[in-house]
Amino acid sequence: MNTIDTCHEQVISLEHVGFGYEGQQVFQDVNFTVYERDFVGVIGTNGAGKTTLLRLLVGLLRPSSGEVKLFGTPIQRFKEWERIGYVPQKNSFNPLFPATVMEVVQSGMYNRSRLFRRLTKEDINQSKDALRAMRIEDLAHKRIGQLSGGQQQRVFLARAMVNKPELLILDEPTVGIDAQTQKEFFNLLQHLHEHHHMTFIMVSHDLDLVNSWLGSDPKGTCGKLNFYVKHSHNVECVEPDLTHGVLS
Amino acid sequence: MLDIISSEFFQRALIGGLLIGVTGPLMGMFLVLRRLSMIGDTLAHVTIAGVALGFLLGVYPLAMGIVFALLGAVAIEKLRKAYKTYAELSIAVIMSGGVALASLFFTLGMSFNANVTNYLFGSIYTLNSTDLTVVGVVTAIVIIFMLIFFKEMFMLTFDEDAAAVNGLPVRWLNLAVTVLTALVISAAIKIVGALLVSALLTIPVATSLLVARGFKQAVITSVLVAEFAVVAGLLTAGIWNLAPGATIVLLLIAVLILTLVIRRGVKV
Ligand SMILES: [Zn+2]
Ligand SMILES: [Zn+2]
Repeated sequence: MNTIDTCHEQVISLEHVGFGYEGQQVFQDVNFTVYERDFVGVIGTNGAGKTTLLRLLVGLLRPSSGEVKLFGTPIQRFKEWERIGYVPQKNSFNPLFPATVMEVVQSGMYNRSRLFRRLTKEDINQSKDALRAMRIEDLAHKRIGQLSGGQQQRVFLARAMVNKPELLILDEPTVGIDAQTQKEFFNLLQHLHEHHHMTFIMVSHDLDLVNSWLGSDPKGTCGKLNFYVKHSHNVECVEPDLTHGVLS
Repeated sequence: MLDIISSEFFQRALIGGLLIGVTGPLMGMFLVLRRLSMIGDTLAHVTIAGVALGFLLGVYPLAMGIVFALLGAVAIEKLRKAYKTYAELSIAVIMSGGVALASLFFTLGMSFNANVTNYLFGSIYTLNSTDLTVVGVVTAIVIIFMLIFFKEMFMLTFDEDAAAVNGLPVRWLNLAVTVLTALVISAAIKIVGALLVSALLTIPVATSLLVARGFKQAVITSVLVAEFAVVAGLLTAGIWNLAPGATIVLLLIAVLILTLVIRRGVKV
């Protein structure tokens, strides 16, 4: 407990967090801390408040009591959103939406610090790197709705990775994706966790998958949600290209 | 025929039409992609209530229409927050409120009904220089806003949650979309008419969605489609003495159908 708790900095902390929705108490007095290089799996059935929790973590909802801190800063004063990458549920977008893969990946950079600014050449190169890292550079000018589920997932991962975030938040990333693609995707996540300076929170309903990877002993709870945690201390890769993680 | 085209009223109509041909589909793109197209229609009905009150009070009707549209826009946003999961409910409430007010003002001032008809069905040839100035200012506001916030607007439209996680001012941008739509609708109302104005916002976008791969491409395509329909529609209507607003909208529908047919032809 103690070594794990102190060897790395806090990334997210929930302190006495409560949340109610239309008169119903969803969470009460939740205390949980995510440290750097943790991989946290959040497991719960539908309706257990997974989405609510994620929304609290990224400031889309305000807790009714207690405090959420990101990188040590209370969330209402937190400004460094480029340190966080977000991968939404695959089916959260309209498949007819006219957007190319490149447009979607670049949009990962459209954050507060780039308001009133055009993307620089360096920004554009960075987004091309993210495409290459996910091996989707050939798809750059395709409409995103035309891609397969696995390809779309990589596009969203590339969008989240484009700022080289320290914290990656994934919301049911594998819903509607075939087993082989899922396996590849998790290999990549696992590699990133073990060998890169990144922290992960992944919401999932797939208990078997999370147990086989993060163990079957929850480190914390939040209402009907369970948190499974694995920490990593392995040597970090310095390669900026991530294809080695996909291939391994 | 050349007489008409070189006449001052026709040229004012053309300029007004070309300006609305840019802003209409531009705002329409953001509404259609978020399944909010009904907002255009709703605000048009609210604007008519304002125009009718303007006539009743003897003030510049379009100014009153704009005030009403802006109030309607704010009310839609407020109601949308109250009924999060029933966006269409707030729209229905505001829409019927607009129609009710408009008919109330109609019955109070029987004498100006003919003038209000200009705003219901559009009367592009009666565009005066004040009207044209209003259209010009609205166009400038919309274009400047889009030049500054285009990338953020894309993000908001494509994935509102991700936009919020990136720290973008999501609430503020949402309000801006509704307010700008209100401005565009009320400015366009004398050109195509309240009953048809949402067609100018949605049909060019529907066409562009059939052909464009990317977002920029879709925006450009929708504006080009609208501009084509405006120019061709005004010329056709001028030559054969047809209702200009209706001609423009029918041309838009023709382009949409043609695009559908050609696409199907290519696929098979
Ligand atoms: Zn550690
Ligand atoms: Zn590596």
